Amino acid sequence: MRGHEPRSSSSCAACKLLKRRCTPTCIFAPYFRSSDLITFAKVHKVFGASNVSKLLGEVPEEQRQETVNSLAYEAEVRLKDPVYGCIGAIASLQKKMLELQHDLAVARTRLLAHSGVNNNQVSPLDDSPELAAFLDLVPYSDLMLLDGSTSLDAYLYDLGQPPFV
Amino acid sequence: MNPKRCAACKYLRRRCPKDCIFSPYFPPNDPAKFAWIHRIYGAGNVSKMLQQLPDQTRAEAVESLCFEAKCRVDDPVYGCVGIIHFLQTQIQQTQNQLAKTQAEIALAQTKLSQTHNSDFM
Repeated sequence: MRGHEPRSSSSCAACKLLKRRCTPTCIFAPYFRSSDLITFAKVHKVFGASNVSKLLGEVPEEQRQETVNSLAYEAEVRLKDPVYGCIGAIASLQKKMLELQHDLAVARTRLLAHSGVNNNQVSPLDDSPELAAFLDLVPYSDLMLLDGSTSLDAYLYDLGQPPFV
Repeated sequence: MNPKRCAACKYLRRRCPKDCIFSPYFPPNDPAKFAWIHRIYGAGNVSKMLQQLPDQTRAEAVESLCFEAKCRVDDPVYGCVGIIHFLQTQIQQTQNQLAKTQAEIALAQTKLSQTHNSDFM
């Protein structure tokens, strides 16, 4: 019998992939179950295990699951689209948002014409300073040149569901 | 030390070779850009990613990686996925508003046609 300790059968996915002993204080263990090797493999490929460990160490424990979920999503999208990653999805959503805002403005104009009444009610959303500020915020303006021909639907969650489990 | 080292090699404190994979995209006058990339992805991972891409797409890849890295530095929990979630929520709200407005248009059109019909009777 060899002198080293047998690897624990309850090693988390990270320690299994990294071929090391999974300790009771392993930072990855609560978030990368042993049955989910693929998720950790993707996260490791994009970010690296040590960077993920540092990131998790920087956030409060109660937010670590959300952090892992978002890292897993980013890694998945980056591996599918190595050039644009999540930025492609953001550009597509921005374009969709601008189209919808235009459609809404047109519809409201038509409604005014039909009703013949000055409608001074403005949706809070239209005047949302957060949305206006955000649309000016993203500096990667060249992304708006994307003509939408790339299918990004596979990257987008259903609008009816939050992005995370 | 070569004063013309790219920002990556300066950060990593190494010689910048002529075929340095980072030098076209990390000029020495913008050290923060590589700092974010290194902090979130690591130099090795980014080097591998760039090597797997055609030359003509590498500049775009670096810009998108930098943006995502900066988002993650600013928001360690959600990174740029927070932006995606925000946009999805806004889109859903705007779609709801659009549907409501279109329903109001349909109602207004119905009332208008009813008015016209009663005028002719």
